Amino acid sequence: MKNNAKAVRYNKWGYIFLLPFLLVYVVFQFVPTVTTIYNSFYENYLDGLTQVGPNFVGLENYKSLFSSGDIWTFTKNTMVLWIMCFVPQIILSLVLGAWFSDVRLKLKGQRFFKTVIYLPNLIMASAFSMLFFTLFSDGGPVNSILMQLGFISEPYRFLTYTGSTRGLIAFMNCLMWFGNTTILLMAGMMGIDTSLFEAAEVDGATSTQVFFRITLPLLRPILVYVMITSLIGGLQLFDVPQILTNGTGDPMRTTMTLIMYLNKHLYSKNYGMAGALSVLLLIITAILSLIVFKVTGNDKRKG
Amino acid sequence: MKKKIVSTMLCLTMLASMAAGCGNDATTDAGATTDAGATTDAGAAGEAAGTEAADAGSAAVITDPSKVLNIYVWNEEFKSRIEDHYPGYTKIDATNGTIGDVAVRWNITPSDDNAYQNNLDATLLNQESAAQEDKIDMFLVEADYALKYVDTDYTMPISDLGITDADLSKQYTYTQDIVTDSNGVLKGLSWQGCPGVMFYNREAAKEVFNTDDPAEIQKLVADWDTFNQTAATLKDAGYSIVSSVNDTYRVYSNNVTSKWVEDGVINIDDNLMKWVEDSKALVDAGATSTYDLWSDDWKKGFYPEGKVFAYFGPAWLVNFSMAADTEGSIGYNGGWGATEGPQGFFWGGTWICAATGTDNADLVKDIMLKMTTDDAIMTDIVVQDDDFVNNKTVMDGLASGATKIQREGESEEHEYTSKILGEQNPLPMYCAGVDGLDLSNLSAYDQGCNEEFQHAMKNYFDGNATLDEALELFYTAIAEKYPSLKAPTE
Repeated sequence: MKNNAKAVRYNKWGYIFLLPFLLVYVVFQFVPTVTTIYNSFYENYLDGLTQVGPNFVGLENYKSLFSSGDIWTFTKNTMVLWIMCFVPQIILSLVLGAWFSDVRLKLKGQRFFKTVIYLPNLIMASAFSMLFFTLFSDGGPVNSILMQLGFISEPYRFLTYTGSTRGLIAFMNCLMWFGNTTILLMAGMMGIDTSLFEAAEVDGATSTQVFFRITLPLLRPILVYVMITSLIGGLQLFDVPQILTNGTGDPMRTTMTLIMYLNKHLYSKNYGMAGALSVLLLIITAILSLIVFKVTGNDKRKG
Repeated sequence: MKKKIVSTMLCLTMLASMAAGCGNDATTDAGATTDAGATTDAGAAGEAAGTEAADAGSAAVITDPSKVLNIYVWNEEFKSRIEDHYPGYTKIDATNGTIGDVAVRWNITPSDDNAYQNNLDATLLNQESAAQEDKIDMFLVEADYALKYVDTDYTMPISDLGITDADLSKQYTYTQDIVTDSNGVLKGLSWQGCPGVMFYNREAAKEVFNTDDPAEIQKLVADWDTFNQTAATLKDAGYSIVSSVNDTYRVYSNNVTSKWVEDGVINIDDNLMKWVEDSKALVDAGATSTYDLWSDDWKKGFYPEGKVFAYFGPAWLVNFSMAADTEGSIGYNGGWGATEGPQGFFWGGTWICAATGTDNADLVKDIMLKMTTDDAIMTDIVVQDDDFVNNKTVMDGLASGATKIQREGESEEHEYTSKILGEQNPLPMYCAGVDGLDLSNLSAYDQGCNEEFQHAMKNYFDGNATLDEALELFYTAIAEKYPSLKAPTE
């Protein structure tokens, strides 16, 4: 009994310490979410200086969102961009992580390299994007170097082709995030019991075998976590393509992501359509988060 | 102990900032919902004074809240014109000044990303309930979106200020077309005119056509068919006739015969389709490119190595935007020539509007009259700032050479000529072009339509889409920007 009473007293402090978070969460997260859902059922926009609505229209906004078919195109664009960025990123990070955490390799200057690979993440995405825009413009340095080296005779117009534009966006994102992923994976790898590696060594396993038979399977929860968080981040991809294509998603909107589409609706303060799109994104993100919760949660309890 | 103090302080700071955020919200809400009651007024005014004081320190001198002139602008241009030419204006600092006993406040929001309009929209929608000293008195608009403001009650008719048609008789008609609402009421005035001409590279002209005489060059670009033939000749000689297809866009779009929007349905004028057709042919032939205006690639032609034959634009383009100050540029060496080009057009320009609810109507009237009709002030603007002013008497005098000018540091009076244009006097050409302009076909949606049309067509020119796909993209983009507009049904 006595113990219980003591526990209750401590509980009180627990709630008090939670209060700031709760307040911030309610004001900046919960209320906006609810109003967004509420807005998605209304027609509500500015036509010039004339406010239209808010009129209740039921599911009309969702209908027009799906009927045009654009939403699928933009979802596809977003996913393609994410895959193009994630696959090279995870390979690069796994390799780097394995090297850095390998006791036998004993790499020198680890701290230095860890800092360097994380550095691109510190640059603002928009600044990075502006830089690439200038570098890869028709008369930019990349084209002049390629022409001087004799690889091409005419400037290659990077930003007028779907492949090269998407490639640039994916490359930029990959460059910005592989450091972050490497550090996450490395933390996971260092958490693996070293006796397992030693045992494998004694049994005469090659480093490839160690990587695929020990590191990867034990790294699964972290890998899933990295993948899902990256996917959620990928769904919200906005600044890099927005700046690189000047908001147009050119060529032919093949680089327009869901959030860029959302941004288009804000020109006319169209809270209805923008709300509907946001709710859709919320649902997708919620499902993805549930998956990560299940996968990592279960594994921890088992292990 | 130290740690405890620090953490308590941090907690307090956080709580305080949260409380401050909520507090502000409440005041603004109250201001918006109640009818300008004395208490809210005072509260809002105090708050405003507080913010002003933080960045200016001049708010303290205001005793009568009606004696504040709020001017909304997107750059320094109009401010410097007032500072330099309006009699009685005293500058306090970058965003404050006085005229007599009236305090002038400049609210400068850049146009980027529509920020200027967003800010102006929010303030205008709040105009009725705003505190007296925060009410907008004047704001500036550009041609592309002028009607969005002019066609509402938020903008005051010029005649209500006491300005008569006789006062405005010397202005160019096109500058009034742009700010005349759908009922034919004039609601804004401009001090400048921006008739455009074609600037061509004299060296290139000599090389390819053996002459750089404006009259001879004009024959080669007299209409669009000859223009396109000339483009082929230039292409063979290694020159692009224009830097980008977007250079000619305004020339076509200023000569349309129908509006962008008719009865809520998007309408593409035949002349714009002609632009698409001509441009596609030029791009396919390799005679020009599809660069965005103001991009580095577009600007290459400011220098001889850029191999661009011509740019279309008004006086300000060649005077201020084409690297005339940079050594080695064509403008620096006086290497441009000016000729009318295939059709007359204008580009840019700023209009002054009076906001409904202004409490300084007399001063607004005076500023408008002085800046847009006064011969002496306007001549001064031409001489000092190289602007093309909205005054036929002044411009005709300078064009014919009847009015001589003398700039600072010059020993004697002389005719107006332009160094950048190789001492040519381009004013007669501007004056001829400006008379022929007819801008009765504007709509409130022009800005969005023009931008999206150029974006969408770029895909067609670059070969990433068929014409139909590009048009479809245009209609989609417009439906996003202006949800009330419909695409035409076949």
